[in-house]
Amino acid sequence: MKWLRNIWHLYYDGFCSMTLGRTLWAVIFIKLFIIFVILKIFFFPNYIKEHTEEGKEAEFVFRELTIDN
Amino acid sequence: MIHLLNIDLAAVDWARAQFALTAIYHWLFVPLTLGLAVVMGIMETQYYRTGQEFWKQTAKFWQRLFGINFAMGIATGLILEFEFGTNWSNYSYLVGDIFGAPLAVEGIVAFFMESTFVAVMFFGWNKVSKGFHLASTWLTGLGATISAWWILVANSWMQHPVGQAFNPETMRNEMTSFAEVALSPVAVDKFVHTVLSAWVLGAVFVVGVSSWYLLKQRHLEFARKSLRIGAVFGLISSAIIMLSGHHSAYTVAQTQPMKLAAMEALYKGGTDQSLTLIAGINPFAQPDYETQDEAPLKLAVPYALSFLATNDMNGYVPGIRDILDGYTKPDGTQEPSLEEKIERGRAAIAALAEYRKLSEKGKVNSEKFTAAMSDTATLNSTLSTLNSDISYFGYGFVQDRAQVVPYIPVCFYAFRVMVGGGCLFILLFLIILWKPKAWVYWVSIACIPISYIVSEAGWLVAEFGRQPWTIQDMLPTWVGVSQLGSSAVMITFFLFLILFTTLLAVEISIMCKSIKKGPEL
Repeated sequence: MKWLRNIWHLYYDGFCSMTLGRTLWAVIFIKLFIIFVILKIFFFPNYIKEHTEEGKEAEFVFRELTIDN
Repeated sequence: MIHLLNIDLAAVDWARAQFALTAIYHWLFVPLTLGLAVVMGIMETQYYRTGQEFWKQTAKFWQRLFGINFAMGIATGLILEFEFGTNWSNYSYLVGDIFGAPLAVEGIVAFFMESTFVAVMFFGWNKVSKGFHLASTWLTGLGATISAWWILVANSWMQHPVGQAFNPETMRNEMTSFAEVALSPVAVDKFVHTVLSAWVLGAVFVVGVSSWYLLKQRHLEFARKSLRIGAVFGLISSAIIMLSGHHSAYTVAQTQPMKLAAMEALYKGGTDQSLTLIAGINPFAQPDYETQDEAPLKLAVPYALSFLATNDMNGYVPGIRDILDGYTKPDGTQEPSLEEKIERGRAAIAALAEYRKLSEKGKVNSEKFTAAMSDTATLNSTLSTLNSDISYFGYGFVQDRAQVVPYIPVCFYAFRVMVGGGCLFILLFLIILWKPKAWVYWVSIACIPISYIVSEAGWLVAEFGRQPWTIQDMLPTWVGVSQLGSSAVMITFFLFLILFTTLLAVEISIMCKSIKKGPEL
C-alpha cells in the first residue's frame, strides 16, 4: 500500500505546487471544452450516421460514390 | 449506368483548405515536442552522470519549455479526426478499418505512456530516484515519438495503400496484414525523415534561445553549453536526414512518380536526368507541362535527379507527360497511360455496381432457398474484374489529364525551401561549433521561425505532391468528400483559424515569458 500512497503524493503534491502548470491546465481544459463540447457537437456531426440508418452505411457510401442515372 | 459524381467543387476546396489549415497548425506544435524531448533527455543524462546542480536546472528549463509546447499541442490533432467524419465521410468510411488499428494504438500509447511519464518528469524531482526520473524523461520523448509513428503509418497508407483488400460487400478497405501497413517502406521513410526533421527544428530552437541569452549576456554558462549541445545534436540529425531524404526520394520515385515529377517540374523525363536547383516557374499558375520540354531558366546539377530517384547516375526518371502517356519501366514492364487507367477504373466501378446488384439478388434468392448458380458464376466473374482493376478504381472518376497533375509551383518551391533550409541549418550548426560570433547569434534567432517554415514546407511537398488522391490511385479528393455545402465548411474553417491563432498567440506569449525568466541558476 505504500507505493499507492507514494503515487498519490506524487500527483497531489505535484498539482498543489504547480505555478505555470495551472495556466497550462486552464488552457488545456478550455481547449478541450471548445473541441469536444462546442465544435464536435454543433459543427462536426458524423455525416454518414446523420444521413442513413444503422446497417445501411455501405449502401449509402456506394450511392455517394456512384449515383444511378 | 453509372453517373460520375457531380458535386459542389467549392466544398472540396474548402474542405481541403480546412484540413490543410488544421494540419499545418497542429504541425506547429508537434516537431518542437519531439525535438525538445531529446534535448531535455541529453541535459538530464548529463545531470545523472555528473550530479551537478547546473545540469539539473538546465534540464528543468528545457523541460518547462517542452511542457508549454506539449500542453498547447494536446488534442489539436483530434480535430483532424472530426473533419474526417464530417467533411470526408466517404473517405473516412472506406479507410475506417485500416486507420482504426494504428489510431487506437496511438491513443493508448499516447495516453498511458506519455501521461504517466510526463507526470513523473514534472512532479517527480526529489520524489523518485535519479535513474527512474531520467528513464521517465526519455520515455516521455519515446512515447511522443511512438505516437508520431502511428499517425505517420496512417498517413503513409494513404500515399501507398498496402496490406489491404477492398471488400465490395462492406465498401471498406480491410486490413489483410498489420505488419505490411505498419512497416511499409513509405511509413518507415516518412517516420525517420519526419522525426529527424523535428529533431533539427528542436536543435535550431535550442540554438536560437541560447543565442538570445548570449546576446543579452545572461546565464552565459547555461547558454554556451546549450548552444553547443544544440548544434552537435542538430548537426548529427542533419547528417542522418540527408541519407533519409535520399531514401525518401527513392521511395517516392517508386511509389508516387507524379509527386517526384511535380517536385522537380520534370515535364518530359528520360535517362541521365539533372536535379533542378532553381527554375523560372510562375508561383501563381500551373506551368504548361503539355507543350514545354523543360522549365525556363533552369539551373541544374547533372545526373543528380537520376541518382536521387534510382540510385543510378544514368537511371530513367519519368516526367509528367511520360506518366500521363504511359512509359516502359527499366525492368521492361509497361506503366499504363492515363486513358488506360481511366478505362480500368471505370471497369472497376461498373464491376462494383454489378457485384452489389448480384449480391443483393443472391441474398434474396438464398432466403427463398432458390438455387442461383448462374448468378453465382457471374458474381465470381464480376468480383474477379473488380479485384484486377481495383488499384485503378480512383481513375474511374477522372475526366481530364489536368486533374491528376498536382499543383507544380507549390511542390517545386516547397521542396526547395525544405532542402535549402536544411542546408542553411547545417551551415549554421557548423559555424556555431567553429567560431560563434554576435551576428551568428542573430542569425540563430532568425532561424527559429525559418525552421518552422522549412518543416511546414516538407509537409506541403508530401501532401500537395499526392494530389488529387486522398488514397493514392484509389480515391480522388472530390469523391472522398461529403456532399456538404461549402458554407458549412467555410464557417468551421474560420472558427479554426481563430481558435488556432489564439492558441498560437497564447503559446508564444507563455513561451517568451518563460524564456525571459530563464533557468533557475
